[in-house]
This record gives sequence, structure tokens and C-alpha cells, in this order.
Amino acid sequence: MTCTRFGYRAMLAASVLAIGTASSAWAQSMNDVQRVAKERGLSTADLLAAAKTFTPTGKIDEYLIFSSGGHSGQVFVIGVPSMRLLRTIAVFTPEPWQGWGYGVGNEILAEGNVNGKENLWGDTHHPALSETNGDYDGEWLFVNDKANARIAVIDLRDFETKQIIKNPLFINDHGGTFVTPNTDYVFETAQYNVPWGAEYAPIEDYNDSYRGAVTMWKFDRKKGRIDKSKSFAIELPPYWHDIADAGKLVSDGYFFLNSINTELATGGIEDKKPPFEAGVSKNATDYLHIINWKKAEKIFQAGNTTMIEGFPVISLETSIAEGLIYLTPEPRSPHGSDVAPKGDFIVVSGKLDPHTTIYSFAKIQKAIANKDFSGTDDYGLSILNFDSVMEAQVEVGLGPLHTQFGPDGYAYTSLFLDSAVARWTLGGSYGKGTPEPDWTLVQKTPVHYNIGHLGAAEGDTVSPDGKYLVAFNKWSVDRFFHTGPLLPQNFQLLDISEQGTEMPVIYDMPIGNGEPHYAQIVKADKIKPWSVYPEIGWDPMTQAVDPWAPRPGTERVERKADGTVEIYMTAVRSHFNPERITIKQGDKVIWRITNTERAVDATHGFAVPQYNINLSLEPGETAKFEFVADIAGTFPYYCTEFCSALHLEMMGYFLVEPKD
Amino acid sequence: MASLIDKIIGPRVDQTDLAKNGLRYGTPGFLLLIARVLLLVSLFVPFWHMELVAPQYPDNLHLVAYVTHLSGDVAEIDSLNHYIGMRPLEEAAQIERSIGVYVMILFVVLLEFASWIHSRWAVLFILPVLFFPAVFLIDLHLWMSHFGQNLDPDAPLSNSIAPFVPPVLGTGMVGQFKTVASPGLGLILSTVASAIMIIALFFHRRAYLPLVKAKKNTVPS
Repeated sequence: MTCTRFGYRAMLAASVLAIGTASSAWAQSMNDVQRVAKERGLSTADLLAAAKTFTPTGKIDEYLIFSSGGHSGQVFVIGVPSMRLLRTIAVFTPEPWQGWGYGVGNEILAEGNVNGKENLWGDTHHPALSETNGDYDGEWLFVNDKANARIAVIDLRDFETKQIIKNPLFINDHGGTFVTPNTDYVFETAQYNVPWGAEYAPIEDYNDSYRGAVTMWKFDRKKGRIDKSKSFAIELPPYWHDIADAGKLVSDGYFFLNSINTELATGGIEDKKPPFEAGVSKNATDYLHIINWKKAEKIFQAGNTTMIEGFPVISLETSIAEGLIYLTPEPRSPHGSDVAPKGDFIVVSGKLDPHTTIYSFAKIQKAIANKDFSGTDDYGLSILNFDSVMEAQVEVGLGPLHTQFGPDGYAYTSLFLDSAVARWTLGGSYGKGTPEPDWTLVQKTPVHYNIGHLGAAEGDTVSPDGKYLVAFNKWSVDRFFHTGPLLPQNFQLLDISEQGTEMPVIYDMPIGNGEPHYAQIVKADKIKPWSVYPEIGWDPMTQAVDPWAPRPGTERVERKADGTVEIYMTAVRSHFNPERITIKQGDKVIWRITNTERAVDATHGFAVPQYNINLSLEPGETAKFEFVADIAGTFPYYCTEFCSALHLEMMGYFLVEPKD
Repeated sequence: MASLIDKIIGPRVDQTDLAKNGLRYGTPGFLLLIARVLLLVSLFVPFWHMELVAPQYPDNLHLVAYVTHLSGDVAEIDSLNHYIGMRPLEEAAQIERSIGVYVMILFVVLLEFASWIHSRWAVLFILPVLFFPAVFLIDLHLWMSHFGQNLDPDAPLSNSIAPFVPPVLGTGMVGQFKTVASPGLGLILSTVASAIMIIALFFHRRAYLPLVKAKKNTVPS
């Protein structure tokens, strides 16, 4: 017994000693931390935020943000929690680092021509990752161009744009892109309405000649392209349609679309008429559109459509007759329409009403079945009785816009006027996940400033992750050094891993290269990118080996009978082959070039002065570009990507002999 | 001819002796069987590795030599070697690699023969197989020194690197690369096979030398 007791004491003494030793080593390093914190004026909360976000060299981020770039026409890829910009993806706008529009991707940019005219920028708004069963699958990314109603398809194996498709019916599409739960369709809605095909009609004819629509673009996952021949549109009244979200699980087959300007205002401040900002906000409510797209698909497949601008459109008359579209009042001028993870609730916030309104899909179905209407709109669409379909209203704060979801029954709404993120509880079957009562505001965390969208980790899928939320703030005001009068936007990372009121901002990331709107946050391990192209001679446009690709040993310059000069070139550290090319002024040149490298990151650039050529050739990639050598002269071409110790020597001469 | 074959095969073991001393007569043959299996397995696994360590290759570059072929980052190593004017690795030991499989089969056959021979001639069949690991390393060394010492004088960096021979086992330096060469499983297996062959020869001698001596004594000279 004594022996045991002694044993205990000895153990106790030993462990105290061990803790003492360990804590003295710990205290040493923590002293250093405290000293630096004191010198830099950092609080304990700051240190904790740093510990949550700092990502040491060699560590990879857990999540990826795919953000629109606004009128930069691009997409940004950002790591979470480090908030490091990893990549800009060129989409609608030429971008020389990727060679996009300077010899690479020119055909794809040309797909985006508007009535035959180049439009070399875009206003990207709402990226959408492809989904399988309502969850991100990490394969494809879609993004819209609001300015010209175009949609782009990005392949997440190489993070490159593969297709740009122009909407034939309308010319402005704030509402896009949204995907159905298995990415059968990518859909897009018109905002600033125009007559079909953006043809001319006087503004006075607005109600009769101007039209709204939603376009259902069929996505062919195998080809990785939108298939226009299997796509269709649904005619809508000329309200300004805003954001939509596809139903999922119980509400699969429907989508829920916001609208503003159900007043049909047409502006005219110069004629002392109410300006848009007043006319559009006159009524207390606008209409949430409830659209049965699976039924619409059947109507399209049965051929019950009208061809407009060469595109099949389901007319309003057909929609009314078939019960495709129902309306219900929503607080005026809403921005977000967001379906809860189980597909049972739709959350809508009118930015001029401090409440967020929650609709029940079960109640909507019941109201449709019972024809529980409060009337019809001017175009004959039935309006579901608001009180019959509304589940709850939660007062969240001023200027509520968009809502995202957590895994535990919390919803998060951006508050533009309050400059805050609201956390509130869902009710129904979500209620048990949170300690607070159902349908209650829990916390408002200030953000800096003027938040637009917000994104929670996988927060718009059937299985949100929680953990991180990013406030996509429009203004940064005093958060960063003033880089002249044009200031960056501010992406603020919030830690939402704790329940209750704990929801701190833990990182500020300036966005100094665009004006993002929406972004989605996906678990990084869902994306399976290529580190190098699978084989030498890979054409990223077809995602296959190009049989024409130059290979080692086949380099040559060929003059064809018709006078065309074909150049077959390879690039490898640190030379191009051939290095001297002499042609005649006026020759048509078809230039093919393959990067034969297999090493990760061994990218070569390829620039030809005078002729506006600059390519990015990633390992294995082959590219082809054509031009007429109409200007004689001596033009050194060279590698623009610092590839190796002898990078400077990686050049050659393109000699264009004068015509005589 | 028949007498020559008889002479090479050596004395037969009579059935009662074999039944009584099965272990004694069986051991050399069994050991040679193990050696044959090890050699056959070694045909399918790497014989030799070289790892090239440099800051810009966090996973290092790897060169793996089999009896029959090269694998690993051959293209990348060749692309780096072109700077110093070294010939492509595929041009090295082409004959050796093309006959590798047949040589291994020959070795197995030789060991098979050796296990049926009860005279000292067995040594003749075993020795070429026994020295194989050493011959492999010597051949490798000769190729490496041939390649490392015959650099193209017109190569981009021919002035900045003196001819070199990286060690066939152990570490060396070439430019910013540390080279770490180590034996592969195949080389280890074939070396173990060689050790087993030596042990087999010992047991062979213990089993059959008395029979050879006895035969000599009974046959009048």
C-alpha cells in the first residue's frame, strides 16, 4: 500500500516536473509572440485570428473561393483560410499572361461576338459550380456576363474557359448562372429587358414590345459544352428578373426567381418623369416567380414552342395554360432568392424591408393545388396568396440581400445598409440544430463595408460545411492603403465554426483587380486539376491530343502550294526549334507550337512583336495561331515566361522579307 | 561423349544413401532453387535508384534502372542533361537492357543445371551467376563515367561543368544537384542470391566430395 502511495507521489512529482519543463519552453516562445504582438499592437483576438488563417509555406488551403471579377470579365480563385489569390481565370476579357486573346482562346472569345461585333470584356456576376445531387462535384464552372447576356463554361481540369455562348433573345442577364441539382441545365434570366434580339422598339412600347425571359441552357457534361440545340427559353413579363435558385431534394424540378420593377417603370428623369430608382421601388411588393422547369422541359420536348430569333421559346400563354409559372408577393426590390439545404424553404430578402421572408415549398404546392390565388398580374399569371405560402419572417436588419446556410440550422444574411452579416436560426426540421429558438436573429457581425453577396463554405448546396464565411464587401474605405481614388473591394473572412454570438472577422483580403459579386466556396479536395497536360501535343480546346501538333523531330517550316507558310515549332528549356524563320511579306502564316515539357510548372511563353502575339504554353500544350505577315521587318520572338537559367537565350528570329 | 557427360555430372547417389541422408543431398539443390526464385523476382523490380536533389524539385527527381529498362523522370533528367551536353539516358546500356531478360533466363537455367551436377563442375555453372550483381554495378559505373566524361563541347553550359562521374552507390554533387544512388530491391535480391549460391556450394562440397573421392578410390587408375 505504502509502496503504491509512494509510486503515486513519484509519478505526480515527475509529471509536475515535466509540465514545468514544457511550460518553460512554451513560455519562452509565447514571450516572443507577446513581444511581437505588443510591438505591432495586436490583441489576443488578432493573434487568434492570425493562428486561424496564417498558412505557412508549403501548406495548401482547405477551401477554394471561385469569385466573379465583375467588370474585369474574369474569375478569381482564392484559397481559404489563407485568402491568397491563387489564379485569375481569363473569361470574357483578353488577358496576356494566359495568352487569352493573343493567340490562345481567340476562337472562344469570338463565340462571344454580339451581332458579329467583338465585345472584349464582360461583367461577370454569379459563378456556379457544377453539381451532382445538389452538391458541388468540382468538374465545371459557369459564369455570366451581365452586360451582353453571355455564359461561359470553364473546365476545372485546367481552369480554362472552353465556351462562350451568347443569348439570342436578350442582351442583359444579371440573373445567371444557376444550375439544376445535376447540372442538366444552366439557366440565365434577363434583367434590363429589351425587345426580342435587342432589336429597336420605342421605350413607350415597353409593356407590349419588351420581354423578359429565362433561358434553360442544356449542359452536355460529356462534351463539356452547352448544347444550344437542346436548350430553350421561357417567356416572362418584362419585369426586371434578378436572382434565382434551383429547387433541390423536395423542391427539385422547380426554380425560384426574384423580380424587381413589377411597376414596369421606364425612367425619364430628363422629362421630369420618376427616375428608375423611384419608379422601380414604388410598390410595396414585387413577385417571386415559382417556375416548374421539369414541366417546361417536357413542353419544349413536345415541341410546344415558338421560334424567336431562331431559338425555341415557351410563350406566356402556354405557361399560363400549362401552369408553369406562379407568382407570389415578395418584399420590394429583393436581391437574393436562396433555397435552404433540404429544399423545403426559400429565403427572400427585399433590400428595403428589414425582414427576411421565408416561403414554404410545401405550402406553395398546397396553394397551387387549391388554386389559392389573390389575383392575377397584368399578363395573366396567377398570384399565390402570400399568407398561404409564407412560413416566417425574421427581422434581421437593414438592407438584407443574400442568404447562405450552415450545416447546423443557421442561416446567414448579408445586410448592405447595416454593413453586417446576420446569423439567424431556421425553424422546422432545422430547429433542433441550434440552441436558440426558431426564426430568431442570433448575432450581427459588422463588416467593412457595404456587403453585397456573402458566401459560406458550400453554403448553397444540400450539405453546407459551415466553418468559414466570406463577406464580399463593396467598399473598403479605410481598411487599406489608399491606392489613389480607386480603392480595392474587401473580402472579409469570418469564422462561423462556433455556435451562438461568436462569429468574428479573421482576415481582410483586398481585391485590387476587379469588382466581384458572388462567389462559391468549395472544399479544395473536390477539384481534381491536371498539374501538366496529360500528353505532349495536348489541345486544351478539344481536351485531346492534336494530331497536327509539332513533336520533337518533326519541327519544320513548310510552304504550301497556295502560298501559306506552316510553321511546326517545339519549345523546351531553353530553346525554340526552329530558331530562324524567313518568309515573304504578305504570306499567310499558320503557326503551331508545342511545349514538350513534362515537368510541373515548366510553362513557356511565346511572344512575337509587331503581330500582337503572346501565348502561354503549359507543359504538354500545343497551340495554333494564324496571321498575315503584312509588315516586313526583323522580329525577334522569345519566351515570355521565365522558364530556366537560359531563359533569355530562348529566342529566335522571324524575318519577313519585303515584297520588292 | 557420354563419358564426358558422366564425368561432368559426377557420381550418382545410391537410393539407400539418398533415403538415409536426404537433407544432406537435398540442401544444395534447394538453396539453388531459392537463388533461382530470387533472380526471377529481381527481373520485375528496380535494380538501382538515383535520386537527384535540388531546391526547385521538392519531390526530387528519380531515375530507376531495371534489368530491362529505365523509368522515373527520364525526360526531365534528359532535358536538364542537354544543358551540359550529356547524351540521352536511353542511349546508355542499350545492349545490356535488350538482352537482360534472356541473360536472367540463362542464369536460371545454369543454376538448374548446377543443381543436377554432383562434381566440381557445378562451380563453373554457378560462378557467372554469382558475379552478376558485381558485373551490373561495374557496367553501370562504366556507362556513367562514359556519359559523364564525354560531354558535348558545344552544349549550352559545357564551360561551366567539368566532366564528372557520379558514384554508383552513395552521394555525389553535379551542379546544384546532389545525387543519391542506392541499390534497388532487385540488386539486393540478386546479391542475396549470390550469398545463397556460396552457401549452396559449401553444402554441395560437403555432400558430394566424399562420393567423388569414394568413386576415385573404387575405380582403378
